[in-house]
Amino acid sequence: MTIIITRIFVVGTMADTVEIRWHGRGGQGTVTAAKVLADACLSGGRYVQAFPEYGPERAGAPLRAYNRISSKPIRMHCPVLKPQVINVVDPTLLDAVNIQEGATEDATFIINTSKDPKEIKEKLKLAPGQRVFTVDATKIAIDCIGRALPNAPMLGAMCRATGLVSLEHLLEDIRKSFGKKFSQKIIDGNLEATRRGYEEVKEG
Amino acid sequence: MARILAVSGNEAVAEALRQVNPDVCAAYPITPQTELMQRFASFVSDGIVDTELILVESEHSAMSTCIGASAGGGRVVTATSSQGLALMWEMLYIASGLRLPIVMPVVNRSLSAPINIHCDHSDAMGARDSGWIQLWSENAQEAYDNTLQAFRIAEHMDIRLPVIVCMDGFIIGHSIQRIEYLEDEEVKKFVGEFKPLNPLLDIDNPKSYGPLILPDLYHEYKRAQHEVMTKVKDIVLDVAEEFEKIGGRRYGLFEAYRLDDAETALVILNSAAGTSKDVIDEFRERGIMAGLLKPRLFRPFPYEEVANALKHLKAICVLDRADSFGGYGPLFMEVSSALYQVRERPRMINKIYGLGGRDYLPQHAEQVLSELVEIAKTDKVEIIKEYIGVRE
Repeated sequence: MTIIITRIFVVGTMADTVEIRWHGRGGQGTVTAAKVLADACLSGGRYVQAFPEYGPERAGAPLRAYNRISSKPIRMHCPVLKPQVINVVDPTLLDAVNIQEGATEDATFIINTSKDPKEIKEKLKLAPGQRVFTVDATKIAIDCIGRALPNAPMLGAMCRATGLVSLEHLLEDIRKSFGKKFSQKIIDGNLEATRRGYEEVKEG
Repeated sequence: MARILAVSGNEAVAEALRQVNPDVCAAYPITPQTELMQRFASFVSDGIVDTELILVESEHSAMSTCIGASAGGGRVVTATSSQGLALMWEMLYIASGLRLPIVMPVVNRSLSAPINIHCDHSDAMGARDSGWIQLWSENAQEAYDNTLQAFRIAEHMDIRLPVIVCMDGFIIGHSIQRIEYLEDEEVKKFVGEFKPLNPLLDIDNPKSYGPLILPDLYHEYKRAQHEVMTKVKDIVLDVAEEFEKIGGRRYGLFEAYRLDDAETALVILNSAAGTSKDVIDEFRERGIMAGLLKPRLFRPFPYEEVANALKHLKAICVLDRADSFGGYGPLFMEVSSALYQVRERPRMINKIYGLGGRDYLPQHAEQVLSELVEIAKTDKVEIIKEYIGVRE
């Protein structure tokens, strides 16, 4: 069943700069996702940043990465403190780290989980203006890529939820960024995973 | 037509080096510079540049290799960070003393002990007195632009001096930012063909480099080095003007941000200047007349120009991302020296911030700017030098 999202929420119509925080675990491609997003958002003359929080880099350890997307040159060179968009790439992080830290009152959360967005919304006790989208990114990744690499479907889901970049642009960018390193089979799998993330994301 | 991409600071500088296509590059890895040289090494392996890449066993050898290759008559580069720059120390003085136009990006990182891989400016500040020109960069774009300009400055026939180009490790080096690259042809034309001066490989005209000079002439040799440094400012400005014609971006000896009508100001290097500018805009919106000065040319330090830009202010804070233990921060010492020569000068304080990668956040700029407002009002300084952003 395809869930139709009637309202595509465009983040950043009020502010010049959209600030995004990613929560993932080492080895899930979270940093790559932030980089791909930055690249895709260059369109239309926008300014972008993508950077992880560098710590001990171990597979499985919680990590954060950030994006800033702006119509103006970005001068801020510090971690995002008040994110408008929060992407949770690994569902187990919901119980491990404070994903709501500093979130704006109208923040959008995009969470990789098989659970219903309503359930997550209750669990997180979000403010009335905050919104939750969920997508089973791990399952999509296993279906399309054969591995639990949820970054591509997460990108598709956030693209739909925020309207920051068109799906076409995003797919084109993934084709470009992955094209240098991976086989056609892996590229096609990631493109399909991104498309499915876009289609299957649910709003709570 | 500029090419617009999203790349890391390291990648941007590696691209500048690709476009310049130097004759010789010495490489030794060190975080957070490694990515820069790894990318450049790929250009060499792929045959995209003609550079002879010499992989060495230490940074001491890297700088020795650069010295040999530069004296031989080539256009020469290397890059380093932190302990790597520290290990080059004795060779840095030889490169400048022999007047060799080597270009070296430094991706700023703290010094041990304790070991730490993150950003501060202790490494480049340790090379302050080595006779190298230093250009500092706020972001990847400036690091790219400064690297291209560094070749023109270093190789100028009136000076022939080595140049360090600084950018903040990780904060800029590893973070992806929008960048506008110039076209290869434009860069080639701007940088021009390398003109050797007294090359050792010109075997028909043999010469000596680095002979012993005793007290009869050593003093004069060093005075000549001092004098050549006095010519650098004008060359930096000329090169910047020419760069603006192709790059469209204007560079000076420093950036003066909202300083003309300011009462208080921050003086701060590199990426933290960007964060500070956003906070200054917020203060301006609240009617507080704040400004900022971001040095670009740190060596030679443009004392008179900096003094002229700051003398009308009531209070300033110089923020240092390095300490001179037992002294003030190195940038504070320069700005103080500059301002001592003018009779009417602002009150000054010095904050040490961001050592070993401690985040410099907007709240730190707010805290300092608020303190300056108070100092401007009372004309009293309580503590001259203080650490900020400290966990208590």
